[in-house]
Amino acid sequence: MKGNEAMAESAIRAGCRFFFGYPITPQTEVSAYMSKVMPKIGGLFLQAESEVAAINMVYGASSAGARVMTSSSSPGISLKSEGVSYLCGSDLPAVFANVERGGPGLGSIQPSQSDYYQATRGLGHGDFHVLVYAPSTVQETADLIYMAFDKADEYRMPAMLLTDGMIGQMMEPVVLPDPIEKLPEKPWATNGTGMKRVHNISNSLYLDAQKLEDIVVNREKRYDKIRATEQKYEAYRTEDAEIVVVAFGASARISRNAVDAAREEGIKAGLFRPISLWPFPNDALLEIAKSARTFLSVEMNMGQMVDDIRLAIHDTRDVNFFGHTGGVIPQSSEVLACIQKLEAGEHVHMVPFHSRYTGGDQ
Amino acid sequence: MAETEELKVVRPHALTDVPFSYCPGCGHGIVSRALAELIDEMGLEGDTIGVCPVGCSVTMYDFFSCDMVEAAHGRAPAVATGIKRVLPDKFVFSYQGDGDLASIGMAETVHAATRGENITVIFINNAIYGMTGGQMAPTSLPGQVTQTSPYGRDVKVAGYPIRVCELVSQLDGTAFAQRVTVDTPAHVNQMKKAIKKGIEYQQQKLGYSIIEVLSPCSTNWGLDPVGAMKWLRENMIPYYPLGVYKDVKANKEA
Repeated sequence: MKGNEAMAESAIRAGCRFFFGYPITPQTEVSAYMSKVMPKIGGLFLQAESEVAAINMVYGASSAGARVMTSSSSPGISLKSEGVSYLCGSDLPAVFANVERGGPGLGSIQPSQSDYYQATRGLGHGDFHVLVYAPSTVQETADLIYMAFDKADEYRMPAMLLTDGMIGQMMEPVVLPDPIEKLPEKPWATNGTGMKRVHNISNSLYLDAQKLEDIVVNREKRYDKIRATEQKYEAYRTEDAEIVVVAFGASARISRNAVDAAREEGIKAGLFRPISLWPFPNDALLEIAKSARTFLSVEMNMGQMVDDIRLAIHDTRDVNFFGHTGGVIPQSSEVLACIQKLEAGEHVHMVPFHSRYTGGDQ
Repeated sequence: MAETEELKVVRPHALTDVPFSYCPGCGHGIVSRALAELIDEMGLEGDTIGVCPVGCSVTMYDFFSCDMVEAAHGRAPAVATGIKRVLPDKFVFSYQGDGDLASIGMAETVHAATRGENITVIFINNAIYGMTGGQMAPTSLPGQVTQTSPYGRDVKVAGYPIRVCELVSQLDGTAFAQRVTVDTPAHVNQMKKAIKKGIEYQQQKLGYSIIEVLSPCSTNWGLDPVGAMKWLRENMIPYYPLGVYKDVKANKEA
């Protein structure tokens, strides 16, 4: 099954019956799957007039109490960020996926991870966070989106699946989760008072600054609980590792091969793979930093995760970086070469520059 | 001997006890109240979800006793779409001003209409951005002085006003579009009847309905309430003629 299709089917099994989308490459299969299946199971696929409209339809459907999602790719997520901020400000759960492509601007349509900053820091205006999950296999795509619906409802906030054109398009065997049997109660939903309760309001406006401060501070307490309990990661061969590669999603697949190859050469390398990007798995990484000598962040961007690694380990170790961007995919041989340099005591911070492009800044 | 009828002003149950925040002489209060009366009269309060906009009615969620959802600027039709698709048997309305509906939210408006989204839209057209202090709106008249058209709206620079009822009545998904106003008691009654029709059309699942209300903004027009009504009559109604622009039932009967 393709990653994007596994995502869609697993979302349906998680009880999602409303999907509002807008076409963009490379998330197309998600919308196509939803449009095919939803009408047959009493659900709704609606193609919105824009990404902005789609996320606001999600806002309305969520407020009405439904499990609802949308998906897009990088430029479309920028447009959705308005609605994401409102969802957070109104404490509404929703799930959305970013099947990343190269940026900025229209960028490319090839796989990329250059929306890391946006995902972890910049999904709209205001004081808020979004749960961010980064799968590295098709199986994990299915598992994480299923979990994302539960977490979104549990914490009454949006959850995002951050994947990319590579994970989304690749085919792998997958065991799909069982369809959910019971959805959580939502006594806060705006689904009509039935003259049995006072009105529910979904709102993010507080003209009284003190009231807004109180609400934001209270929300932060929820975020603190999430930071304490929802950090997700995989540690691979890190027990005795001196060189720890840190990579998520597609880059982690590539890095794992490089770590294995390095081990065959007798280099003590390991892989730390953040699964939740927010909350970032700080605690486990700090623990690993006690025994590791140096870190190498491998990303399909210009090194956006480096800051988070340095913060997690309190800047106690050197954090190196190797990446490709714009839709170019790193090779495991390139990552292995970086590990060998680190083994030799060098510092690495690079995106290989092939100089085939001769326009622009020279 | 003629029976004497005791007339009482009763606050509609569909309104909370929070006082309206509208300025003296504003038309919002008349329309909001008419809507609340209809919700009472039609027994809809428990089955109503209202969507309020960004604009002078932004805190409408505090005024109405039914469930309410605050939308981002211009997005009320999209938010209402999400609600209505989940709850097709509930009454879902959006209440929007001219900047919200006809400028930043025009795409959402046109597409909700053309989808035949089964919602009722109450559109307050006062030819100005009220809440932000009187800037030029998409419906500001040619030559109209506003904070951002201090020399009068120059159509060579700012273009022309949008006639919303004329525009959306061209779309197949629009079931009902009527332009009304609130400058006289007779017109207020007509406004209320038009909103009622919009609600009924939604109940009959006929599609998108919009009631455009030409409404005075004495504060930002710089006129007293009576002067504002006069300005509305003399300037807005000629540019925005009152009347029914689309009625799928009448069209079928014709």
